Amino acid sequence: MTRPVRSIATGWLSAPHFAPAVLLIVAYGVVPFAGSDYLLDAVLTPFLALGLAALGLNLLTGYAGQVSLGSAAFLAVGAYAAYNFNLRLHGVSFLMSLMAAGLVTAAVGIIFGLPSLRLRGFYLAVSTLAAQFFVQWALTKFGWFSNNNPSGVIDAPQLTVAGIIFTGAVGRYLFSLTVVVIATLFAIHLLRSQVGRNFIALRDHETAAKVLGVPLLRTKLLAFGVSSFFIGIAGVLWAFAYLRTVEPAGFNLDRSFEILFMIIIGGLASIRGAFLGAAFIVVFPLLLSRLGAALLGNVFDSGVLEMSQRIVIGALIIGLLIAEPRGLIALVDRLAERVLRRSPRPLPRSPQF
Amino acid sequence: MSLVATTGAGAIILARTQERAAAVREADAARPAAEATLVAGVAEPVLRLESVCLSFGGIAALDGIDLTVRQGEIRAIIGPNGAGKSSLLNIVSGLYRPDRGVVWLARERFTHVPTTRLAAHGVARTFQNLALFKGLPVLDNVIMGFVHRRSAGFVRQMLSTREARREEAEARAAAEEVISFLHLGSVKHRLAGGLPYGIQKRVELARALVARPPLLLLDEPLAGVTLGEKQELAAHVRNARDAYGASIVLIEHDIGVVMGLSDRIAVLDYGRKIADGTPEEVRSDQAVIDAYLGVTHEGETERGI
Repeated sequence: MTRPVRSIATGWLSAPHFAPAVLLIVAYGVVPFAGSDYLLDAVLTPFLALGLAALGLNLLTGYAGQVSLGSAAFLAVGAYAAYNFNLRLHGVSFLMSLMAAGLVTAAVGIIFGLPSLRLRGFYLAVSTLAAQFFVQWALTKFGWFSNNNPSGVIDAPQLTVAGIIFTGAVGRYLFSLTVVVIATLFAIHLLRSQVGRNFIALRDHETAAKVLGVPLLRTKLLAFGVSSFFIGIAGVLWAFAYLRTVEPAGFNLDRSFEILFMIIIGGLASIRGAFLGAAFIVVFPLLLSRLGAALLGNVFDSGVLEMSQRIVIGALIIGLLIAEPRGLIALVDRLAERVLRRSPRPLPRSPQF
Repeated sequence: MSLVATTGAGAIILARTQERAAAVREADAARPAAEATLVAGVAEPVLRLESVCLSFGGIAALDGIDLTVRQGEIRAIIGPNGAGKSSLLNIVSGLYRPDRGVVWLARERFTHVPTTRLAAHGVARTFQNLALFKGLPVLDNVIMGFVHRRSAGFVRQMLSTREARREEAEARAAAEEVISFLHLGSVKHRLAGGLPYGIQKRVELARALVARPPLLLLDEPLAGVTLGEKQELAAHVRNARDAYGASIVLIEHDIGVVMGLSDRIAVLDYGRKIADGTPEEVRSDQAVIDAYLGVTHEGETERGI
């Protein structure tokens, strides 16, 4: 049906590979040279960290159908775990600390995923709030986690991998980018495997999955584990590459909601959607404040500007979700379809992540 | 380890079943139909229910049901709404636990069938209201029917070890085969949720068939589709038995289709089995006629008034 159009763009340069390839070339080849320190440090690095966190949550919520409100807690676990591995285990490379932090977060995620065996939907979401409050409490209560800093604040060490020190805005950006690219490839591989199918089966029809022999218990805990692993790594990026000093209060419930909004706005069960949602949440407020300052700079003070920003973003989110409940990614796909002038498809095709 | 053992056992059961199905088919070809049934009857039943009772809050849904399903037969269970047909299937698949009674799957005896091990015991089922994975393409839905044969865990799948790749290739090949068997090739990359109802029914049948289960439970496989699709699906069910050697238990409302399709029919009414036999026997059974038409042939009610 679409064959005549497809034959124009065959080979590895066909649509599914073309856009990511261009994106990677720009991200590695153009942005580090052309981007200002402000763009790299204040926009792209936090975007990458939160995008990875959104990707992690999307594996759990979008693909496996288990709602979680504990994302910020898992970010914190990742950040503090990497900090402690780095601090207390000498001679362990930073990459090892990064992986270990991911694994520790996965373990914590599995523990807080245990209620999912009995709870569903909103009830599960509420029970994951326990992770949110417990982790924040533990990090403040026990000084050991923050090396006995009275306010629980940690200062991140330099990012050093195989002798290369990633300093400056460009270094930290490139480090984050590389971690996110590898993690994304891993997520794609996972979703194409039987485990990924089991996630979706669990989400779409739990009884049917059970009858077919999907190990429900193991699959749910695996979803929590894998998701938390990604979010833990994202926490390391957030703490070490972006903020470079963090305190437990930075990982509050607002942050958890922010990550949940990213996947809802970007598109549930879509890897690209997670990043789009992260871009929207990170970039849009900045754009809006720039715009506001340019247009009304002298009329309003910054407080009013911030309030109006929230109102505008809130209205946009509501409007967007009414127009396209499947998120930004569905909107983008539809636009792309129209631009490429493909014949309208009567039925949805397989997901492209 | 246990998974590996199960896979082995599954393969043995499979081989055995195919042998027997082939034997039955040969017999069918060589002898008159009545004798063929006798040959099939010699083999041990794939499913046997012994005085199964089930009640919901004091209301008996099933009351002392005995049922035998022979190797390679199509066994229909019919009855009016609320007769307990679906409850029966849910007991066999372990979704309900019977209050009393025993379920035999081949040689294994259960008081409560373990649902998660159902597929490993060689039983697959479909659901009355579609139970497809809407967010997965047709091909992946069908591959899901193979999930109980997977032994490579998460780590080995992530590392794409040889075993993981072999299992994936096996499942994919089996899925492709059943997809072409059921003529689903043109939609195999479409999301299952977006397909017309009749095709979704066929996809669910494909998912149930892909692992070549010795016993297939179909909960109203022909309900809610057009007349044309109904005949097509009925043909697919018969082909599934003939080509895949599955014994089939099916629940159906449409007596017309059932009569032509089944080898034996059990009739339920208010949780009791009121008749059991060949379509001819059931058709002329007075109790069945009463249950379906609501005639009180003894005339007691009229006299009472």
